[in-house]
Amino acid sequence: MAKHTLSVLVENHAGVLSRVAGLFSRRGFNIDSLAVGVTENPDISRITIVVDGDDYTVEQVSKQLNKLIDVIKIKQLDRSESVSRELALIKVNATTTTRSEIIQIVEIFRAKIVDVSKTTLTIEISGGSDKVAALEDMLKQFGIKEIVRTGMIAIERGNRHIKANNDNEE
Amino acid sequence: MRLTGAQAVIKALEIEGVEYIFGYPGAAICPFYDALLDSGIKHILTRNEQGAVHAASGYARVTGKVGVCVATSGPGATNLITGIATAYMDSIPVVAITGQVSSELIGKDVFQEADITGATAPFCKNNYLVKKVQNLPRIMKEAFHIAGTGRPGPVLIDIPVDVQMKDFNFEYPETVDIRGYKPTYKGHALQIRKIAEAIGKAKAPVICAGGGIINANASGELVELAERCRIPVATTFMGIGSMPSRHELNLGMLGSHGVYPANYAVHNADLVIILGARVGDRAMGTARKIAEKAKIVHIDIDPAEIGKNIEATIPVVGDVRLILKDLLDIVAKGNVDKWNEAIQKIKREHPLKSGQESGQNWVKPQYLLTLLSEMTAEDDIITTEVGQNQIWAANYYNVRKPRTFISSGGMGTMGYGLPSSVGAKIGSQGQRVITVGGDGSFQMSMQELGTIKQYKLGIKMIIFNNSRLGMVRELQKKQYRGRYSQVFLDENPDFVKLVQAYGFKGERITVNSEVRGALERMLADDTPYLLECMVDPEEPTL
Ligand SMILES: Cc1ncc(C[n+]2csc(CCOP(=O)(O)OP(=O)(O)O)c2C)c(N)n1
Ligand SMILES: [Mg+2]
Repeated sequence: MAKHTLSVLVENHAGVLSRVAGLFSRRGFNIDSLAVGVTENPDISRITIVVDGDDYTVEQVSKQLNKLIDVIKIKQLDRSESVSRELALIKVNATTTTRSEIIQIVEIFRAKIVDVSKTTLTIEISGGSDKVAALEDMLKQFGIKEIVRTGMIAIERGNRHIKANNDNEE
Repeated sequence: MRLTGAQAVIKALEIEGVEYIFGYPGAAICPFYDALLDSGIKHILTRNEQGAVHAASGYARVTGKVGVCVATSGPGATNLITGIATAYMDSIPVVAITGQVSSELIGKDVFQEADITGATAPFCKNNYLVKKVQNLPRIMKEAFHIAGTGRPGPVLIDIPVDVQMKDFNFEYPETVDIRGYKPTYKGHALQIRKIAEAIGKAKAPVICAGGGIINANASGELVELAERCRIPVATTFMGIGSMPSRHELNLGMLGSHGVYPANYAVHNADLVIILGARVGDRAMGTARKIAEKAKIVHIDIDPAEIGKNIEATIPVVGDVRLILKDLLDIVAKGNVDKWNEAIQKIKREHPLKSGQESGQNWVKPQYLLTLLSEMTAEDDIITTEVGQNQIWAANYYNVRKPRTFISSGGMGTMGYGLPSSVGAKIGSQGQRVITVGGDGSFQMSMQELGTIKQYKLGIKMIIFNNSRLGMVRELQKKQYRGRYSQVFLDENPDFVKLVQAYGFKGERITVNSEVRGALERMLADDTPYLLECMVDPEEPTL
């Protein structure tokens, strides 16, 4: 099984997200992550979906999604041809002795400290899933109190872009 | 033009050419029913909302138009669900209009509130909760467009009662443009050429014709292709009627409940041409095996069906009628004479049962249906319930024209037969409508006898009474070592007396020798009639 990223343009109505999510559960597709946000056109939202499955499954997912009237366009993004990011906020235990070590790790990862308390540090990291996972791994030893992650978002490299009307390349 | 939301809905129905609607009122849909009084649209009051949606579906299937049903909020709307799912599975165009509680109360669990758009999303091609009255014209236009085009299906429109009452400036859009919905109609020319080549080379081709042929009105093209290229045809359950049942090239129904010649051909072909069929498990449960032996051509208007259940060698997305037309311009017969001889031989060796020999103690459904086929006209319409009665009708009744065999295929919904015959009768051009049912299924919708009485619909009802949920009994016999559980209906009512209570004629017969006379009496006039036929509880389906 491999991970596939689908970039889906949908009408920005109430209820669209539940239709998309409902379709996944009803057809037995597994979603790794799902992120929604409005696009440059306020009538249209983009859902970035990471699906776990073989080629058959991904084809089925795209075709079934395409049947939803509110789905305008779907594109499967090629890993090497796109930039993908997710954002995580990690709250980790910090004592006077561990604090500087944590700060060093944060710097190596080019992450940011966004909040401090006497006993914790909150770190913001954005990057590919691997990078986020690697930081999480490094911070485990200090005791992670909480992690909040967004789903993955992705955009094509170069001058290509996905538009609601048919010309998706220029 | 200033109209209220309710008047706008009616106006839209009129513009869409709707003559009949099927429904049931309630508080949340009252503004609509009030506006209906000022319209020429005829409303059929069924006895349950499920009857209304099934009737709309029967009407749609007979006429080829979009069927319309109406219900109130809450329980009215939820009573539609089975019918909506039934229409969805069989790709039947239906628009369902439901009343909803007042906009500002939505989400507060008020009296008769149900989230019907949420509940029906999995079974609707699309659905709408109308929040602004100004959106109603566009939504109505889109709903009819979506239901009736591409792969047809049900669309539900949920309208809060306050939206129905608000007035606004009504203007009906002339065109629709939905950026997320652009069905493909024209087939890819290169792919079509590949099909022609494959047919030219094939030694053992077979066509598998599905309900898509009927939806696309492509029967003429199907028969022409089969005849011109001498390709035998197996139909799916939904494909019954796509080619006359007794056409020499028609091998009958395919699949677990089908007949040997059809299944033989599909499993021994070198080219299987699937036309407007979704390769469902009941028709082609062994899809993988079939594809190992044969090249597969798959033509369907729904791209999602291609590659879902069978890998196609030559897939084509589009309207099957247009594609067959293009194909007929270039296709030529292959070297198929030997194959046809073999297939005809198999057909002769595996004839349908006559049911004649053993009808001394019971009525044999096979015999009755064969005889009925001789006594009906080619335009007469048959609807069925679900169970053994349905499979007997599918295999033994001679269906001569598309849109004359109406039955719930994908969902297998008991209680579909009687209400769909209501819609069929209303949609028919005066043809006879005969509904074939089982004692179990009939009792799931028999309240619709009231509708039949009220609108004086001369529907002929044949019940195969085996005092059993026969098909389930058979399953328990075969797969549960005869441990019968809850399949006994020995305390059935007297069905003849039951219809007499509605003022209908009826008759009970118990042996084959009574069948001809009884059918003659039943078919003598155009009034409602029930013929109860006592059938051996042990009678097998196949
Ligand atoms: C609504 C619904 N409930 C249950 C079933 C399962 N089921 C399939 S066939 C059948 C028996 C039908 O009995 P009857 O109408 O008497 O037909 P017969 O098989 O005896 O001809 C049942 C219960 C169904 N198809 N639909
Ligand atoms: Mg029965």
